[in-house]
Amino acid sequence: MKTKILLAAATAGVMFAGSVLASTLDEVRARGKLNCIINTGLAGFAAPDDKGKWTGFDVDFCRAVAAATLGDADKVNYTTATGKTRFTKLAAGEGEILSRNTTWTFSRDVDLSQTFIGVSYYDGQGFMVPKALGVKSAKGLDGASVCIQTGTTTELNLAEFFAGNGMKYNPVPIETNAEAQELYKAGRCDVYTTDASGLYATMSSFDNPADHMVLPEIVSKEPLGPVVRHGDDQWADIVAWTLKAMMAGEELGITSANVKSLAGKDNKNKEINRLLGKDPLQGISKLGLSADWAVNIIAQVGNYEEVFEKNLGMSTPLKIARGMNQLYRDGGLFYIPPIK
Amino acid sequence: MIFFSNIWRNEKSREIIVQIFVLLCIGWFLSWLISNVDANFKALGKDISFEFLFIPAGYDINQYLIDYNNRDSHLRAGIVGLLNTGLVAVFGIILATVLGISLGIIRLSKNWLASKIAYWYIEFTRNVPILLHILLWHGIIINTLPHPRKALNLGDVTFLSNRGFYIPKPLTENGIELVYLFFVIALIFSVLFFKYAKKKQDLTGVQYPVFWINFTVLISLPLIAFFISGMPISLEIPALKGFNFRGGMHMSPELAALTFALGIYTAAFIAEIVRAGILAVDKGQREAAEAIGLKSSKVMKLVILPQARRVIIPPLTSQYLNLTKNSSLAIAIGYMDLVATLGGISLNQTGREMETMVIVMLIYLSVSLSISAFMNWYNNKVKLVGR
Repeated sequence: MKTKILLAAATAGVMFAGSVLASTLDEVRARGKLNCIINTGLAGFAAPDDKGKWTGFDVDFCRAVAAATLGDADKVNYTTATGKTRFTKLAAGEGEILSRNTTWTFSRDVDLSQTFIGVSYYDGQGFMVPKALGVKSAKGLDGASVCIQTGTTTELNLAEFFAGNGMKYNPVPIETNAEAQELYKAGRCDVYTTDASGLYATMSSFDNPADHMVLPEIVSKEPLGPVVRHGDDQWADIVAWTLKAMMAGEELGITSANVKSLAGKDNKNKEINRLLGKDPLQGISKLGLSADWAVNIIAQVGNYEEVFEKNLGMSTPLKIARGMNQLYRDGGLFYIPPIK
Repeated sequence: MIFFSNIWRNEKSREIIVQIFVLLCIGWFLSWLISNVDANFKALGKDISFEFLFIPAGYDINQYLIDYNNRDSHLRAGIVGLLNTGLVAVFGIILATVLGISLGIIRLSKNWLASKIAYWYIEFTRNVPILLHILLWHGIIINTLPHPRKALNLGDVTFLSNRGFYIPKPLTENGIELVYLFFVIALIFSVLFFKYAKKKQDLTGVQYPVFWINFTVLISLPLIAFFISGMPISLEIPALKGFNFRGGMHMSPELAALTFALGIYTAAFIAEIVRAGILAVDKGQREAAEAIGLKSSKVMKLVILPQARRVIIPPLTSQYLNLTKNSSLAIAIGYMDLVATLGGISLNQTGREMETMVIVMLIYLSVSLSISAFMNWYNNKVKLVGR
């Protein structure tokens, strides 16, 4: 119901919105706030805390962009979107960034006229089942009822996985992660499938997480990352380099604790100087950012490692290992272009 | 100048001028809307194209009345969704009509308790939003019925679980043709007998129990054929295999919840319409009918209802339309109707929001207009013929 209204509103938005041609950065600065589209609720990625403040991995990325562009990580308006409404909302201009565990695919990038600015989390689709079901492998799911979020790549992967293995299933389509939990707990479906990170997030919010398990098979590649609208390269660069600055922070050993002192002195590693604005970084003015942009990001939000550990890591209920999501030198997939 | 002021003073020409002006305004607004959409689509780098309808949909649908798999096109997925919308609308309309008419009559009953129960039912039901009805029924089915492995077992052939209701499926075998043939014969006999009885009554006043005779013939003739030809119908009994029941006929919790919710909600409105229709018949009609000695059931059937029908049908049409349109709330519980398939998943997988929304709106419009046209035709048939 709600989704439909939003959808209609977004469609109406496309109908009525005047053609605004000011740059996205100017718009954000004039407003004094960044509009960010996030998940309706997924523990660890975007969920309200006990004070009603949005927290999570995707939320922190919005905050990092606000810190880079406005100098204040708190100047963000959050708009939530379901898997279905997110692209419509981004296209209709309800936000400057879509930071909502969105999988980068060819047709989303090309056909939907959006720009994926990089991967912030490498994920893959998995299956969660109650241990009582006695299933040990996804190959043993023939004939099962599967809860699945509509409007996601998971839906297509699922169809391909079951067809590829000659198995049948009964899809139970749902709108949000919260609804999925309800149906899964009530036993409407045997299996819940979504990105593995989402499964861990969901499991962490159960009363008895130990009664459930994620099956070993990961059936797809899900590179998740922030998305912006096509057509404003300056804005796309700002968002892309915000992510890279967070990763560079981890690589160079810059944390929210030491960033201020590192920024104040001349470091031996000149890359630190350039990132933190001590030495000139050619072209930063073309991005329309001030020299202390990266200092603001890391001081107010943290480097990639800090953000990951705070929201998803071993000290959180989600207990997700870094896995592929670490720097190449540690065996992960993050390889950042030089800050030169 | 005088010519123009004359035109303006003439009532007829003034009306025409005003209408032309209004038409121009609407036309201007529409063209502005279209050009604005066009401009914004250009700014977003999007085009309008319906080619996506013919590429494979890639997703599965859990209920299909025509063959469907994930390699079929978005168009076919949309048709599957449309048929699902049609299915739940038909179920809902049947339930709402039967329940609504009964409640409307009970509401007028002289029995105080029956009348009050109907009254409270109507007031409770129609004052709660339909979305809550849907969520409530879905919640009840999902949360109170057991898991398939512990399904409620009704005589080892029918099973109720929170994955839906499973009933045996009749399978026809060789020799079934005889049963069909006997049924057709019974049907022809019924029609002829009906005509004969009517003629006889018109001529002599003798009445036959037409309904009971026809009913008996329609049931017994095919039944006799069924036994003669060696019982050519077998039942496929649903059985628990692996995670779920297989075989038999299956009604999903979503379809069941939606049918109950739409039927029960709309029935409350229909009950009021029926009541209003009956009360609209002048009480002199009833008194006159009773005065000539008609039984009270005959009074209702022959005198009151035919007249009430004229009052009932137009608002009843709106209720059928409402029910059909309300079925689009199926999306709240994941029933795969037209909005969920073409207007939901296809929209999302292809990013063609304008195109899919326009198609879905046009389909709903044409379905509604067809129902409306049919009911108008029926209304014209039963309306009072001017004498």
